[in-house]
Amino acid sequence: MDKNENLRKDLQRVAYYPGCALEGSGHAYNRSTKQVGKKLGLDLVEIENWNCCGAMEVKNIDPEIQNFLSVRNMSIAKHKMGFDVVMAPCNGCYHNLKKAEHDIAHREPTRTALEKLSKKSKVPEYKAGDIETIHALDWIKHAIGESNLARQVKNSLKGLKIANYYGCMYTRPRHIFPEKDQGENSESTSNPHFMDDLLRAAGAQIIDFPLKTACCGGAHTLSDCDTSTRLVLNILQAAETCGADVIATECPTCHTGLEMHQIRAEETLNITTKPVMLYFTQLLGLALGLSPRKLGIQENISDSLDLLRQQGLA
Amino acid sequence: MIEFSEIESSIQSVRDDPHSVSDPAMCLLTLGEQILENWLQSHELEPTINQHEGFRLLALHRQGAINDPSFLACRETCRELAYQVNLYRIKNDTAQVTMMAMVALHLLYFVRGKLEVQQLGEFCCSSKPLRTQKSNITSR
Repeated sequence: MDKNENLRKDLQRVAYYPGCALEGSGHAYNRSTKQVGKKLGLDLVEIENWNCCGAMEVKNIDPEIQNFLSVRNMSIAKHKMGFDVVMAPCNGCYHNLKKAEHDIAHREPTRTALEKLSKKSKVPEYKAGDIETIHALDWIKHAIGESNLARQVKNSLKGLKIANYYGCMYTRPRHIFPEKDQGENSESTSNPHFMDDLLRAAGAQIIDFPLKTACCGGAHTLSDCDTSTRLVLNILQAAETCGADVIATECPTCHTGLEMHQIRAEETLNITTKPVMLYFTQLLGLALGLSPRKLGIQENISDSLDLLRQQGLA
Repeated sequence: MIEFSEIESSIQSVRDDPHSVSDPAMCLLTLGEQILENWLQSHELEPTINQHEGFRLLALHRQGAINDPSFLACRETCRELAYQVNLYRIKNDTAQVTMMAMVALHLLYFVRGKLEVQQLGEFCCSSKPLRTQKSNITSR
């Protein structure tokens, strides 16, 4: 059995950390991730009694509390459920779990603080390397691979022009993702391509556009809405100019931001943009023959059904 | 210091009519530098004339992030602009100018927003708490 086959086997059944957003605004992402996993024969086991990772806010009060919130989930997955891999589809959760892993491995003050907090809250102590955190993109890319995926496609995404938007937290800061930039088969932090690889395998025409990892202003949408609208509008216009019909997303915050500020740009700036937003799992699900309803496409704010009907996908 | 509104208009002019200037790539790169100069001057710093990896833009960004790690949040946008300039130099395709202009506008919106809202960028991946790695818990 070669290294890739071993890796595939290890990822057939992983601990699943959906995070808060996937129970709320990103529900369709949760639903489509589970449906695609099921269709591909992969098994997701939700972490028991999981908690919020602290999102973007808690670290500004205390970074070690933020680390502990992530570590508690990783500890449950490892010590109570016996998993070695946690899959987190939300960029914010994925980023926070990776950052906690990095800090435990490299910072004595973090280890001391987390030891204290773990004892106090009676959570089994987590050690660096106990768990490997992966994103939904890593999961499908490594557990299935492009050629296997292509073989299972029932409705090709042929004719659909897709710009893939990765957002900023999937690749930054680089030092918390030591597995990236490791040559062939690894993800690139400067030019991520896993979503491109998977959707291309499903038949889509991938449109390259220069703002695929640019900031969408997601965390500022409440405090500085106008800046967020300008940033999102620029992303939408760049994708449209490059010829994209669809912007594929892999983060609930980015996805909701793109949807909301597309409407806000129409209302406040009178600027209309055409691309529709779909989670990459929804697109993969359509290609695998799942119905739009099963994939939660009706839950999206961005109305993609007309376009999908034109393409024979709905 | 050149007003952001003026820089924004200049970027949009180049985007809408790349032939209005002799070298649109160089023009957009210069406008990108002006955006970063505004950031530095507003922090009472003298913008560097040095280059990093062949671009003054990248040197200006590094200078701007020295005492404010949250400014690293726009590093990739600066690098993308430099990359787009290189692409234009290879292809000499005016269609590339539209993309360059959008990247330059992204930089402008981010930096302008950051000057208006002190905390913009603080929540990002390169935010201060992450970079300074100061623990409050351990001091208690």
